[in-house]
Amino acid sequence: MNITLGHYLTLGAVLFALSVIGIFLNRKNLIVLLMAIELMLLAVNTNFVAFSHYLGDMHGQVFVFFILTVAAAESAIGLAILVLLFRNRYSVNVDELNSLKG
Amino acid sequence: MSQSIQASTLITVVLAPLVGSLLAGIWGTQLGGGGLGRRWAHSLTILGVLVSFVLSALTLQDVVVDGARFNESIYTWMQIGELKMEIGFMVDGLTAMMMCVVTFVSLMVHIYTIGYMEEDEGYNRFFAYISLFTFAMLMLVMSNNMLQLFFGWEAVGLVSYLLIGFWFNKPSAVFANMKAFLVNRVGDFGFILGIGLVAAYAGTLNYTEAFAKADQLAALTLPGTDWMLVTVICICLFIGAMGKSAQFPLHVWLPDSMEGPTPISALIHAATMVTAGIFMVARMSPLFELSDTALNLMLSVGAITALFMGFVGIVQNDIKRVVAYSTLSQLGYMTVALGASAYSVAVFHLMTHAFFKALLFLAAGSVIMGVHHNQDIRYMGGLRKYMPITWLTSLLGSLALIGTPLFSGFYSKDSIIEAVAASHLPAAPWAYVAVLAGVFVTAFYSFRMYFLVFHGKPRFDQDPHAHHGETHTHTPHESPWVVTLPLVLLAIPSVLIGYFTIDFMLFGDFFKDAIYVNSALHPAMKALQDMFHSPMAMAEHALTTMPLMLALAGVLLAFYMYMIHPSVPAFIQRHVKPIHSLLVNKYFLDDFNEKILARGTRMLATGLWKGGDQGVIDGFVVNGSWRIVGKVSMLVRRLQTGFLYHYALLMILGMFGLITWFVWLKP
Repeated sequence: MNITLGHYLTLGAVLFALSVIGIFLNRKNLIVLLMAIELMLLAVNTNFVAFSHYLGDMHGQVFVFFILTVAAAESAIGLAILVLLFRNRYSVNVDELNSLKG
Repeated sequence: MSQSIQASTLITVVLAPLVGSLLAGIWGTQLGGGGLGRRWAHSLTILGVLVSFVLSALTLQDVVVDGARFNESIYTWMQIGELKMEIGFMVDGLTAMMMCVVTFVSLMVHIYTIGYMEEDEGYNRFFAYISLFTFAMLMLVMSNNMLQLFFGWEAVGLVSYLLIGFWFNKPSAVFANMKAFLVNRVGDFGFILGIGLVAAYAGTLNYTEAFAKADQLAALTLPGTDWMLVTVICICLFIGAMGKSAQFPLHVWLPDSMEGPTPISALIHAATMVTAGIFMVARMSPLFELSDTALNLMLSVGAITALFMGFVGIVQNDIKRVVAYSTLSQLGYMTVALGASAYSVAVFHLMTHAFFKALLFLAAGSVIMGVHHNQDIRYMGGLRKYMPITWLTSLLGSLALIGTPLFSGFYSKDSIIEAVAASHLPAAPWAYVAVLAGVFVTAFYSFRMYFLVFHGKPRFDQDPHAHHGETHTHTPHESPWVVTLPLVLLAIPSVLIGYFTIDFMLFGDFFKDAIYVNSALHPAMKALQDMFHSPMAMAEHALTTMPLMLALAGVLLAFYMYMIHPSVPAFIQRHVKPIHSLLVNKYFLDDFNEKILARGTRMLATGLWKGGDQGVIDGFVVNGSWRIVGKVSMLVRRLQTGFLYHYALLMILGMFGLITWFVWLKP
């Protein structure tokens, strides 16, 4: 079976949908939320790579490295915030983090 | 225009009392540390008024002898478009006479006050007020435009308010000054409307300029109606005069103003301020001559005041209130004269009245001092022996008031009666009846008071309100010279001034350019002039006429009822109880004002306050807006749960919505 662009894009869409569902079905742990966001970025990366290969243009793959770098920085900051949050509230449970409420 | 009157002289006349007032009022009271003693306070204010009086007398002399006139604006306060607001002086016969009357009576009252207020703590304050009053009154009479007239008008009203409430810890005085202030506001409202109409249609506030346009005004009607503009202006101005000159039904404040010290009653509420309305109408004669309606109104209002206020005077027992009602009645006479187009007669009566009424008030004050601050004439009697000077001057004042031939009051009052008889206006016949009946009433109440106070058995030890233990030790005593001197000085013009000035003032050209009478339409003055030969002939002629008979009858009736058969008044009082109670209650006008007007206004105000202010503005507009915002926010805040995944879901849904719109729905 020949793997076409459609398969790659489907994989990206499925990954993206999974991560979105993961964001708002997840009621427990903030770490899972961060992981879902990473997954979302990976889905985007998959699309970039697929299009890059399909079009024969290397620019898309260069973007992937940028996104990976940003994702790494973002998760580092996110985890640092998580540690601080846990020190203050002794919990990273999403249901208890609602002080943004009006 | 002759320039022999200097502007600087007129400025000095006006400012001298003001300077005295400020010195006594600021450095003589606690305001400025009280550095100025009593002696300084009264010397400075008297000096100010004396300067003013001497210069006024010289001005009068210039006006009379050289025919000098002055009419100039001295300072432009501001200019709005074409409308100039200026300060200026206009001196002609009318002004010069008023200046002399005001400063002379004021000077007498200043001197008198030294004795009368001797024991009062507010001595310096009192002098500051009466000097301030003199300043304001001079500004009023000397003005050459309506704005300055209005300034003086309000300023004398203010000082009157301050002085009625001079003893401000006496509740009745505070009530009386509030009442005077409020009733005067009603009149002033009409007055300022009148001035506003003149300014709007004549485009000027200056007398000379406004009167020059009188004929143009006469052709106009008030927009939207078919009322003559001049009639509306005159009635508005006359409402102002009604307030200030205490004409029915705005007279209610004047009797209550007797709560103030007696010198004030003499100066402000008898001789000068209350005649400001009469003066103003006389000054505006070129306008009033154009409106028969306004003249008829003045005749009717004046006649009602002259007669019915006299009736109330009969039943009063407070010595000052009797004189106060007499003042009301005499002001009614002046208004009747104005209505009959006999402006000069009204002003003539104003002058004679100023002298004899100030005299009567000051004499009443002297009596009050003599019997130790008792004001009830039922507990006086027989004071002739104890207070000879007061007695004699009171007698002269009363004789002048009732119109005894050769006395000043006779010439002015008889002229008024003759003028009304000669008037052709529809209201004149019954006004004539009223002023004629008023002569009898005046004579009766004046001599009722005179007999009760000065003759008969002494009753001053029967006063139930007197302090026990004091009554028997104090017999009445004559007042000190500072009190009796003004009485004597006022008694002289009260007796003589009518005889010597009637020819000149009424029939000469003294008021020639100050007062305008359309003699073709309103022939009263012309008729008077035809009848008049000499003051002596007038007095002789009066011996055979009705007014003198009526006055004599009044005196004799008073003599009979209060000297021969003192039981008669009580008998009459028992048998005509309804009439008596009507008079004692002053026709229930005070009750009407307090219960219906005052209470109604208060109810209306409470309604507006509770309903309009608290309900609509506070409740709906102010509080309502934040409440609505709050309620909407309460609903909207449910959307903000604070959970991150809700926000994320909304972001994604929004993104889907946008993409859907961009990709498929975008036109």
